[in-house]
Amino acid sequence: MKSKEPDPKILVFSSNAISDPGIDLAGSAHMHYSTAVQVIPLPCSSGVKPAWIAHALASGFDGVFIAACGGDCAYLQDCTERTSALIKQAQALLKEQDISPKRLKMSGLCSVCADNFVAHMGKFQGELKKLESND
Amino acid sequence: MALKRRIGVFVCHCGGNISDHVDVQQVVDGVTGEPGVAVARTHMFTCSDSSQQEMIDQIVEEKLDGLVVASCSPKLHMFTFRGMAERAGLNPYQYVHVNLREQCSWAHTDDKRGATEKGIHLVRAGIAKCALTRPLTALRVETQPRALVIGAGIGGMRAALALGDMGLTVYLVEREEAAGGWARQAGRMGPEDQNGPDVAAGLLERIVQHDTIMLYTNAELTEKSGSIGDFNVKVRVGPTDVVDLNVGAIVVATGFDTYQPAEGEYGWGLDGVIDLAQFRQMLAEGRLERDGKPLRDIAFVYCVGSRQSKSESCPEPNTYCSRYCCTAGTFAATTLHALETELDQTVNQYHLYRDIRTYGHLEMVYEQARREGAIFLRWEPEQPPVVTQADGRLQVKAVDTLAGGDALEIGADLVVLVTGMRPRENDQLNSLLKIPESKDGFYNEIHIKLRPVETVIDGVFIAGTSQGPKTLAESVASSLAAVAKTGGLLMKGYVDLEPLIARVDTDKCTWCDECLKACPYGAIEKTVCGDKEVALVIASVCKGEGGCVPVCPHDAIDIEGFRDDQIRAMIDASLKEATL
Repeated sequence: MKSKEPDPKILVFSSNAISDPGIDLAGSAHMHYSTAVQVIPLPCSSGVKPAWIAHALASGFDGVFIAACGGDCAYLQDCTERTSALIKQAQALLKEQDISPKRLKMSGLCSVCADNFVAHMGKFQGELKKLESND
Repeated sequence: MALKRRIGVFVCHCGGNISDHVDVQQVVDGVTGEPGVAVARTHMFTCSDSSQQEMIDQIVEEKLDGLVVASCSPKLHMFTFRGMAERAGLNPYQYVHVNLREQCSWAHTDDKRGATEKGIHLVRAGIAKCALTRPLTALRVETQPRALVIGAGIGGMRAALALGDMGLTVYLVEREEAAGGWARQAGRMGPEDQNGPDVAAGLLERIVQHDTIMLYTNAELTEKSGSIGDFNVKVRVGPTDVVDLNVGAIVVATGFDTYQPAEGEYGWGLDGVIDLAQFRQMLAEGRLERDGKPLRDIAFVYCVGSRQSKSESCPEPNTYCSRYCCTAGTFAATTLHALETELDQTVNQYHLYRDIRTYGHLEMVYEQARREGAIFLRWEPEQPPVVTQADGRLQVKAVDTLAGGDALEIGADLVVLVTGMRPRENDQLNSLLKIPESKDGFYNEIHIKLRPVETVIDGVFIAGTSQGPKTLAESVASSLAAVAKTGGLLMKGYVDLEPLIARVDTDKCTWCDECLKACPYGAIEKTVCGDKEVALVIASVCKGEGGCVPVCPHDAIDIEGFRDDQIRAMIDASLKEATL
């Protein structure tokens, strides 16, 4: 049944070929994570616009998690560097809008990283809850 | 303002895989009033033939112009439903797949109410995206019936012959002065005991006689332009000649380099310490002597240059297993034994290994080596063998973990380092072809299991050890896989390319060249539109990964299917309250 306190809402941007299959695998293995986690798949994490992150947080998501292609990216050898640079830009944008940059997380997630994904979600939700209570 | 859409939403029970944990009827009820939704209903199995037919009928009867199927992961059935949409006369790119199983019901089997609410959010996001879809057409490109094969080792020659036998024109380009690759100097090769130079010579003879294969040796690719189906390449042949070729596909079979040990690594540099290639040459020459003295004791050290850990002396380790060396080393043991018998000479063989990986039927080679008297001693990476020289003789100190950790000292006339494979240095080729490399430096396939010889560069396939360490049999299998993909592409005469690629809003674009700098594929060009310069996307070259999208300072570039307005609409739709 639904838990008493609603969990913080997390929007995950995944990548079609790398992290999204990893997130699928968590479901296939019936590993549980919060229903407040929702995924939008993209072709590659280097294509996430900082403005989307800011829009999601300004509109009601409590956190945004970029499940990046990491070193496995089939498109771009410098995918991690590119995605990290976007995260920095997004953090600056969030500060401008008075949104805590802690609401944004990124981690490389491989196509079989189901455990990691579930662990990241649990940890991020814990951090977001703490952030709420400090606000 | 766009015309009102007529979207059909079909939610799958997946037997009970979804509906046991998500109330699919409540999902349908929760999205029925969404803007643009004309039909919403459930199906027991949306992928079944009967359900597909019902959906097709409904698309036609209700004049639907958009489709959302909420079922399993798109990895399983996205193409199924794209095909279904097409059969119903709907543009396949106006179909949106929602992952309601792997990313909802299966992940939340403990919270049906929460999973149902999430399901409503997911389907609403899918509807919002679908409402903003527009019809797209796959880009059809004609393919030229000619192939370029780079590298004339065994894998490359085998690929060229197979493509030639399909009736395709093949240009086989080899950097060295002669075709044959490593097999030319491999001597006897396991497990069937074939003579490497004979195998190479046999293939070469067939190539030379083949009507449709042209072999260029001492030749290198110097320029490449065009894209899948129609590449123009320049090949330098000899010191100065240049040949212009037009091909529909490229097979890269550039092979490997052998690992070069560092000075002092397992005694490398000491007189009498050689690598496996040199030892195989010695066996091929039929001599078991050094400096005129017969060899009596030979030590082999395995895993040299493979499965390395990072350390001060090894800052860039090869962490991978080179896979072929255990077989090559143990097969050398049996060849050595045969030569001993032939020469009536007795040689003691000591094989110092970490793990013997003679997998599958190659295990027979290892068994034979042991039966014939080769001694195998296992060492751990914490206590590797140490090779020194004293009084003109080599000494190998090792700890045999399987004999209770006893320290051993082996006197040897010869130490053979069983070296692994390294990616070949091909800087010029790499800068032309732009095939991504793995962390190990070998070429990267799109998917190790499902698309093992395709690269992200459409029309460029990788074969053999250019992709990673392989035995010769595996290398040929991989070459023939690349042949199957190349043949399939070129024999059909055309290829349809995914239209989910970058598009430029020429009103917003001011040609600042940021997208050009962000694209490693050369898919962006400058063009003139009206009275200003703007970016142009070369559709057949664009990969659609979207690296150019966030760098555009004017928000002028988007990826079809993942456009700015679609992502924002998905975010907004996900946040609407779902009341159960």
